[in-house]
Amino acid sequence: MVADLITMFAGADFWVAVLRIASPLIFGTLGVLLCERAGVLNLGIEGIMVAGALTGWLVVYFGAGLWVGVLVAALTGAAFGLLHALLTVPLALSQHVAGLGITLFATSVSYFAYRVSFPNVTSPPTIQPFAEMAWLGIPVLSRQTPMTLLALLAVPVIAWILYRTPVGLAVRMVGENPAAAEGQGLNVNAVRTGAIVAGSALMGVAGAFLTLSAFNAFFFNMVNGRGWICVALVVFASWRPGKALLGALLFAFFDALQLRLQQSGGEGIPYQVYLMLPYVLSIVALVLVARRATYPQALMKPYVKGER
Amino acid sequence: MRLEARGDVSRLMLVVAPFAAVAFTLVAASLFVAWAGAPLMRTYALIFEGGFGSRFAWAETLTRATPLILTGLSAAVAFRARFYNIGAEGQLYAGALAAVAIGGLHGGAGFAAHPALLFPGMMFAAMLAGALLLLVPALLRTRLGVDEVVTTLLLNFIVLLFVSMMLDGPMKDPTAMGWPQSVALQDEMQLSKLVERTRVHSGLLWALALSALLWAVLKYSTFGFAVRAVGANSRGAAFVGVPVTRTMIAVAMLSGALAGLAGAIEVAGRTGYVTLDMSPGYGYTGIVIAMLAGLNPLGVVAAAIFVAGVLVGADSMSRGVAVPTYIAEVIVAISLLSMLVATAFARYRLRWR
Repeated sequence: MVADLITMFAGADFWVAVLRIASPLIFGTLGVLLCERAGVLNLGIEGIMVAGALTGWLVVYFGAGLWVGVLVAALTGAAFGLLHALLTVPLALSQHVAGLGITLFATSVSYFAYRVSFPNVTSPPTIQPFAEMAWLGIPVLSRQTPMTLLALLAVPVIAWILYRTPVGLAVRMVGENPAAAEGQGLNVNAVRTGAIVAGSALMGVAGAFLTLSAFNAFFFNMVNGRGWICVALVVFASWRPGKALLGALLFAFFDALQLRLQQSGGEGIPYQVYLMLPYVLSIVALVLVARRATYPQALMKPYVKGER
Repeated sequence: MRLEARGDVSRLMLVVAPFAAVAFTLVAASLFVAWAGAPLMRTYALIFEGGFGSRFAWAETLTRATPLILTGLSAAVAFRARFYNIGAEGQLYAGALAAVAIGGLHGGAGFAAHPALLFPGMMFAAMLAGALLLLVPALLRTRLGVDEVVTTLLLNFIVLLFVSMMLDGPMKDPTAMGWPQSVALQDEMQLSKLVERTRVHSGLLWALALSALLWAVLKYSTFGFAVRAVGANSRGAAFVGVPVTRTMIAVAMLSGALAGLAGAIEVAGRTGYVTLDMSPGYGYTGIVIAMLAGLNPLGVVAAAIFVAGVLVGADSMSRGVAVPTYIAEVIVAISLLSMLVATAFARYRLRWR
């Protein structure tokens, strides 16, 4: 058993799987992070990932290029993000409820659209997904698709924007102290809307990773809680992009591990126990960081000018 | 663009808002019907007929509404105190499993207690299972400050896997030819039918009675006042001496118990055993219903019947015209979003500066 584990950790296959599982989580977690840094919870992620997975795949199926698919998924996410922003920023509705509403809306519209596009299919239609980057010549990375590379590059880019540019400063300010931001001449609603739209675009891309890179078709329930995992990962990451990458990799490590353990067949342990592992660990991780979590101070607090 | 509170919120606007939302929903949903290329009026007529057009349609709608009323109440009471329980789906399954554990025939042998004793025991076990399941996130929230939204959501996945494990293992029905379903309830544990040759069962009466009870409790009792105070302003509530933490825990247990009961009543009234697809998202739909009802327990009944009618109607409609049944979820989602916006506009006006 121990010897098996050592051979597994020494082999590249396992780490290839870890990075592949982590990729959509990296996009999604960065997306949630952007929204929450601006002070807005976005529980629409689960549905936005479904919508991105469908639209990105659909345009590729109808002949567009793979990168066009990624772009369309991002635009789809941005559109739902704009809706969420309208509900939560100027209308100041409950961010929990609006987010769940967006998830329900995006999911049902996607399933409806899939059924309208393919009324009578027995096996799901497929596309030619992104190929591995064999030309790269780096051990584990060259067996990933370009979308994984994009995910890894997005981490320093988002971190740079957040901490080194005026735009990032504005985003962090409206999430910490919107009244002070307003005093500095910032338009709080505009900055928040922008952050939600950008974050939701990343969520759309997270969904598209599933249909354009990890698999080659669209399935119902294919997102399967990955969006909620991202919401948990952001708390785990203390709203920092670097730690978000770490969290996504850690989660993916355990997810890949449970898949292998399931296959090697632990003696008499039902396979469901392994499947539970990632969810249980997410909750444990939340509990561990809860005490020293430094929430953005204005998270979930709508800003209405002139009200306290 | 900014919000401005209306000085006096007119009652008329608050009454008109839901109807405006429904009207908008019908218009928006017709775009989707048109997209599917189906005749609009015929599609709507078929949905209405299938949901409310006959004795049989009403029976099916009320059967579907029964668990939805209970999960709707579960969400309504929790959201009133701003405790965001998104885990009713898991609590429903926990309740269903507990009900079968107490009231089930395990390999032909169940508990031999008298039905008059066993039945309440079964229902109590279900409520306890739901309540205890939600107690964990509630304690994590009040003691450690862990956000309950994420924990309750993640617990749904864990519970469903646990149910699957039970259906493969100790609670598997050996006579089910390999289908993943639990052992069946004893006959004496099943709820009676309300109407001959339909599926409506006495669980509906339970749901109606509980919504009336909950309405009265929230409106007139000290506990109800504490719940509303904690939801409106928990700091203010603490300042005037409302036990905020204890109220939050009590609300969580009540919310979990209601969702657990939904599971038990589904098993005892409709399915007779637990399967992995016994709930097509009743827990999540309950949240929508609670919001449509403005978190009012009596409104939950009306909202649950509306949503159940749309779901049942869409099923029968899709046999007549080529519109996918997912139109039902689309309608429910749009009505939720437009209801939120409509009530916002009843209380605030938008100023373009």
